[in-house]
Amino acid sequence: MANDSRPFTANAFNQYLGEHKLMGTRCAKCRGLYLPPRAICPACHSDQLEWIEMSGKGKLAAFSAVFIGPSALQAEGYDRTNPYCAGIVELDEGVKISARVLGVDAKQPANIAIGTPLTVEFIERGEGEQKKTVLAFKAI
Amino acid sequence: MHIKRSLARPSAIVGAGMSKFGAFPDKAGRDLFVEAFKEMSGSIDKGFDPKEIDEIYVGNFSSDLFEGQAHNAPIVADAVGLVPRSATRVEDACASGGVALRQGVMAIASGMADMVLVGGFERMTTLPTAQVTDTLAAAGDTLFEIPAGFTFPAFYAAMASAYMHQYGLKPEHLMHVALKNHANGALNPKAQFGVTIPAWMQGRIETAKKKNKPVPSWQNEWDFLHDDAANPMVAWPLRLFDCSPITDGAACVLLVAADRAKEFTDNPITIIGSGQASGMPLHNRAELTSIGAAKVAAQQAYEMAGITAKDIRIAEVHDCFTIAEVIASEDLGFFAQGTGYGMAEDGVTARDGAKPINTSGGLKSKGHPVGASGVAQVIEVWKQMRGEAGARQVKQDVPLALTHNVGGTGQTCAVHVFERK
Repeated sequence: MANDSRPFTANAFNQYLGEHKLMGTRCAKCRGLYLPPRAICPACHSDQLEWIEMSGKGKLAAFSAVFIGPSALQAEGYDRTNPYCAGIVELDEGVKISARVLGVDAKQPANIAIGTPLTVEFIERGEGEQKKTVLAFKAI
Repeated sequence: MHIKRSLARPSAIVGAGMSKFGAFPDKAGRDLFVEAFKEMSGSIDKGFDPKEIDEIYVGNFSSDLFEGQAHNAPIVADAVGLVPRSATRVEDACASGGVALRQGVMAIASGMADMVLVGGFERMTTLPTAQVTDTLAAAGDTLFEIPAGFTFPAFYAAMASAYMHQYGLKPEHLMHVALKNHANGALNPKAQFGVTIPAWMQGRIETAKKKNKPVPSWQNEWDFLHDDAANPMVAWPLRLFDCSPITDGAACVLLVAADRAKEFTDNPITIIGSGQASGMPLHNRAELTSIGAAKVAAQQAYEMAGITAKDIRIAEVHDCFTIAEVIASEDLGFFAQGTGYGMAEDGVTARDGAKPINTSGGLKSKGHPVGASGVAQVIEVWKQMRGEAGARQVKQDVPLALTHNVGGTGQTCAVHVFERK
């Protein structure tokens, strides 16, 4: 269990990412597991949640090879000739999350298989105040 | 959760109009709204007095970012001479128009209004494509989805990838959806890309000849659609012709209490079912090959109308991407899950098929001015039900029709059922 006192916010989730931890929340009452983290349990409406670290292991549930990206990814050098893969990853715990998908050939998307085993990665971007960590998964 | 599924006082549509859809650098969003309002006013068979309008609901996604103009409902109300009436902007991304319609239905059902103007507009071509992509991405979850690199085409592409894996869809099935919707749009004078794909291809060949450029070697539309230069990949498996365009446009309908409809026309179209539901971001859904909010909204609308999916004769569904039409046709119960993808190829959803879908050309060919799209769908069913759809009029009689308007990846869906009484 990590530092329990952090609020159940995206900011705290991103802080954990910076520490290379993928964190979800679990309902203390009904044991429902949530990723991204939630402050209120949608199953039983309890607000008694706790942070819980995910295994970081999962498989590819859905994806796209993106040839026309948002400006942020264009700035990283991705374009029509250099696509990237964005995906939805289903973790071994059963929850899913959106993430960059690495270790697959985005130029040959027809060869990327749903169900590909993946493990969590943390992409570091920027420096100092601008520093942020982007969630990714890599094909094993 | 219990939702009271009956209307204390139903609404009827007595007028409908829209601007041309396209790219209009010389017009502001409000100018397009005025065009739609004028056409709507002219469509009311027995005329009306605009002073009778009690309420205005305007669907708009983001004039804030597209035009630097927030707080746009009073502005468009003023543009059509309706100040000081209550004017409310409705924003639920691409479902803004359908949700605005539902607000109008509720205003009349509540007894607070007899006559409501429901409209929508979006002026999108103000921004370059990359910034439009960023602006539309704001309709996703900007904290947890967008950092992963998702764009709107990528979200629907991801749904398509799951659908392909589960049910055996091929990209060619999606191309059939595009071919059908462009064939319909070619008969719609308001469409942005009102041209069939074979005619589009021929146009490209002729332009190349005229300019003494290398003439493409496409033998048919399939060569064209598989050509990475002519039909580039946007977000695999979706290519350019799987995506709805960036569009400027506006649409308006006039709702009145159904018990007063005959004062305005002998052919009103009554709204007998209205449903709306919300959904989680894509990654939090149990199923990636359907949109839960659409199923819930459809169920509500069918239940209120006292009908089933079988009774619906035609539907305008939210084909922001070709895969979205396939998923919509299943979510609405027209086809069993995992079987909708072959319906365009088999002609079932064609204009002369058993279940015509998107006779207007859909968002794909008609254009997708985000906030206006849900209202423009209503205009098509209004025309088809009244036998006023011209060259694209379906042959069968249309006593019952449906509109399906989705916001985001399905975080919002509004479904309406219409009856010609």
